[in-house]
This record gives sequence, structure tokens and C-alpha cells, in this order.
Amino acid sequence: MPIFTCENLTKRYGPVLALDHVNLNIEPGRIVGLLGPNGSGKSTMIKLANGLLTPSEGRILIDGKAPGVETKSIVSYLPERTYLADWMSVKQLLKFFQDMYEDFDRDRALAMLNHLNIAETQRIKQMSKGTREKVQLILVMSRRAKLYLLDEPIGGVDPAARDYILNTIIGNYEPNAAVIISTHLIADVEQMLDEVIFINGGHIIRHTPVDEIREQMGMSVDALFREEFKCF
Amino acid sequence: MRWEFHNESPIYAQVMERVERMIVSGALSPGERLPSVRVFAQEAGVNPNTMQKALTELERGGLIYSQRTSGHFVTEDQAVIIKAREELAKLQTERFLQSMQELGFTAAQAAALLQQRLEQTKEE
Repeated sequence: MPIFTCENLTKRYGPVLALDHVNLNIEPGRIVGLLGPNGSGKSTMIKLANGLLTPSEGRILIDGKAPGVETKSIVSYLPERTYLADWMSVKQLLKFFQDMYEDFDRDRALAMLNHLNIAETQRIKQMSKGTREKVQLILVMSRRAKLYLLDEPIGGVDPAARDYILNTIIGNYEPNAAVIISTHLIADVEQMLDEVIFINGGHIIRHTPVDEIREQMGMSVDALFREEFKCF
Repeated sequence: MRWEFHNESPIYAQVMERVERMIVSGALSPGERLPSVRVFAQEAGVNPNTMQKALTELERGGLIYSQRTSGHFVTEDQAVIIKAREELAKLQTERFLQSMQELGFTAAQAAALLQQRLEQTKEE
């Protein structure tokens, strides 16, 4: 059974159609790239999956259920912008995650934080942007979730931090979980993806295994994306 | 350090070749245990499913074998390793000829150039 399903999923903001009757299934155990230009509907889809928005039409299902309290306990979400209060210390954050999520593995998070020499007393506001992103990702990936929704996890960090973040994703997601990564930095993520979804103007224009793109078209996902989204 | 990949073939095929080269060159010794799929995938910067697929293919070719509980090992069968080494050499030769052809050289001309190069080396 798919872990993530969209059925005729539609979202309107006033007259603007952000998602237009989208149908989609994602199976467990897959790492999927949700790729599209700015304003294509990527973030809208992720916010709908989190219950931060409600569909105008159609529905979205996570493990067969509409987003709500129950799905929040199996979905680990990394928002595009930080949602952690910046006065909080690492220690408080760990406590917060432990209280919020039953599937949070505190030891795993601690081990990763120690490895980066981040002290428990350090506060978010004292951290560099790169460190803040890493800490957030560590917390999100330390949950034993069934679905990880990562909205632009590597946007705005330097290449070394990018590698760290991608490695942390590969090394920590639950094998039976699905990971959805929304990004426009395709070249950086493509070697870790099983499938890609190209989204544009609220439509899914392609949902293909990465191997197929390379085998049948002889090109990288990045090259295909550039071709299909060429600006005239 | 993540492994570098080119765009012309699937990642799993490139991972396979890379591991083959590690075995043939002795960077991985006969009988050596490979890192777990997850750790190996992390090292390469690829998806664990991709690493699994590459290892399954290599296992099919006999270059590695797996034990259900303890993971993947490099074969101890020298004949298999020698054969893989020859296959890789053939592949390399194909690639050389292919790129020479793209430059407008026939196989015979390429061979002549190679011969010239060998004689130069001898003189040095």
C-alpha cells in the first residue's frame, strides 16, 4: 500500500490554482525528489500533507489517513523556514522533540550532535545558518517515522554542509519509510533519489524512476529538468 | 567524500564498476567484508536501494557473496577476480577505441598511435 497518496488533489488560493487535480502514489522505502521551479506547487503539496493547509478539492492520504493528529505521529517534517524558537537551547529542543514525538530517538540525535561538537547549552540564535540547518535536520531524521517530508533541506547552505545533510538523510531514514525531498538543487540530490516527480504550474508532468531516465534517455535528471523547463 | 558520477549510465551500474575496480585493484581484498549497505551507500553518497541493486548484480556475477546475517564479502576465488579484471580491461579498450573513433581515427590508426607511444616509453 502506498504511504502517500493524492487523489484529484486541488488547492486554490483565491483565483490562483496552486495544485490542479493531482494524482500521485508513493510507495514505502523510496527516496523521491519533488522537483519544480519556484511557485510550481511543491511547498503547497508538502503543506497539505502536513495539514497546514486543507485541500480545495480531492484528498491527500498518509498511510491511508487524512492529515491530522494521527498522521503527525508518523510524518517527520522539515519546513523550508525554521520553526524552532531561537531562544531555545539544544537541550530544550531535545526535550521538546521527546515530548512531542513518541518515535523520537534521543540517543541517535545526541550522538549526531556530539559528532558535530554542538553543546547542549548552545542556543539556536548563537548558531550559524549552516549549523542551524544541520541541527534541525538531525532532529527531523532522528524520528523513526514512516514518511519524511523535507522541504528544501539544502537550500542556502554551503557545499560541505550540503554533503553532511544528504549523508545524514541517507544514513538515518527508516528503511521502510518514504522520503520526499523538495528542492531545485537537482544535481546535488540526484544520485540519492529512486524516483523524481517534476511539477510545474500545479501539474505533475513526470513521475519516473531515475534509472529509467538515465537508461532510456541517456541523460541526468538535472539535464532533463533543464530541457523540460527551458525558459524561452 | 561522495563518489562522482557521470550522466550517461544509471548510478547503480557506475557503483558496480567502481566496486569491481576496488576488488580488481586490491583496494578490497579477497574475502574482505564490505561495509553494510547503508554505510557503503553513505560513503558513496547514493541511495541504499541503489547500493543494494549494485551489490546484488555483483553477487550474480560471483565477484561478491553474501551471508544472510553477516553481510557481503569479496570472493576468494582468484579466477573470478582475474576474469573481472580482464572484462574491465576490455571495457577500457572499447572506450579508448570509441573516443578515438569520435576524433576520426580508425582502430588501426589508434593502434599505431598506441605503438608509437610504447616505443617512446622504451626510449625514455
